[in-house]
Amino acid sequence: MLALFTRDLKLAFRSGGGFGLALAFFLIVVMFVPFGVGSDLTLLARIAPGILWIGALLACLLSLDRIFQLDHEDGTLDVLATSPLPLSGITAAKATAHWVTTGLPLTLAAIPLGYLLNLPEPAYIWLFASLAIGTPALSFIGAFGAAVTVGIKRGGLLLSLLVLPLYIPTLIFGAVSVTKSVDGLNPLPSLILLAGLTLFSVVLMPFASALALKANLN
Amino acid sequence: MTIKATNICCSRGPRQVLQDVCFSLTSGDCLILRGPNGVGKSTLLRVLAGLSQQSSGTLELDHEEIAYSGHLDAVKFQLTIAENLSFWAGVYGTDTTAQVIAHFGLNDLADRYAANLSAGQKRRLGLARMTLSNRKIWLMDEPTTSLDAEHTGLIAQSISDHCFAGGIAVLSTHLDLDIPSAKTLDLLQFIPTKDTNTSIFLQGSF
Repeated sequence: MLALFTRDLKLAFRSGGGFGLALAFFLIVVMFVPFGVGSDLTLLARIAPGILWIGALLACLLSLDRIFQLDHEDGTLDVLATSPLPLSGITAAKATAHWVTTGLPLTLAAIPLGYLLNLPEPAYIWLFASLAIGTPALSFIGAFGAAVTVGIKRGGLLLSLLVLPLYIPTLIFGAVSVTKSVDGLNPLPSLILLAGLTLFSVVLMPFASALALKANLN
Repeated sequence: MTIKATNICCSRGPRQVLQDVCFSLTSGDCLILRGPNGVGKSTLLRVLAGLSQQSSGTLELDHEEIAYSGHLDAVKFQLTIAENLSFWAGVYGTDTTAQVIAHFGLNDLADRYAANLSAGQKRRLGLARMTLSNRKIWLMDEPTTSLDAEHTGLIAQSISDHCFAGGIAVLSTHLDLDIPSAKTLDLLQFIPTKDTNTSIFLQGSF
């Protein structure tokens, strides 16, 4: 599984790997918001947590179909499915690699981008924490969506429709924890619920994805 | 080490393609599947590999010993030959990458990106994976496509060596390969006699 994980990282950084795609999209969305809503600093500060979370979520969505589609197209997935690795391990390794190449850079980039949106100072630590805790859930739920749509050529639309509703709880708890810290309330309860969601996805989604892959390879 | 297939029926989509396929193989056997395009060679190989389910019949084989190679080479263009093979070595938990590269005459190409390989070289890289896997049962779908005569001979030799060492190989090909222990199975005899309706809605799966 380590071999698969390191290979996915290597592929992401090589040409056509799509590493910069999510990051660039996130950058563009967040930088365009002040142009769209105007330079009212109090308004920006109020909507900043939501914008940053929605931006990160959509950026993550953008790269989901690569998780299995590329391996399916060149026959690698068939060979992996007959290899000693269990399918659930394969999906866990690939979802983790997806998080390292999208979720983690997004989390780090959110800090300077928060400054662009005049995010109040006490919220930075909570923004970082909520994204660091929440983005693994996005990758693991997304891997499940990618596994369900793997056989479909250009199944991007179906994948988005399938995955977006499943992302809503993560978005709510993630954004609310940052908003609460902006308002001076205690953000910890929402953060704990977010952590629960992430643990739930990380534990269960690899098995669900494995079932979906098995059905799709048939 | 045996493979025993009893009355295997395979479907592709809603259509049944093979009916009552029976064969049994033991260590050292090589089975060559023959038949015209579309008769169900690939479908049967996918069933043997456990990628598809047979619609009926029993199949006895050890799934832990399978190495499968399909139509596609499972080669990543952005990686070099050495990186491609060491990835599979990591997956199968073996460490014979260097020997395998030398055996398949890929030494000079080892640091080249797979995107720059010819179709035949990619095929060789895909087949090098079988040797690398160190597994007993080889399932190969048209291993000789786009190979020249010399390398077709090399593949036939690898398969013979594998069987001689106690392995089993099942492959489909349209060429005459020089494999001494090979048996031939003509799939034309297993074409369904009547047009059975295997629609999943009628089977009660839903």
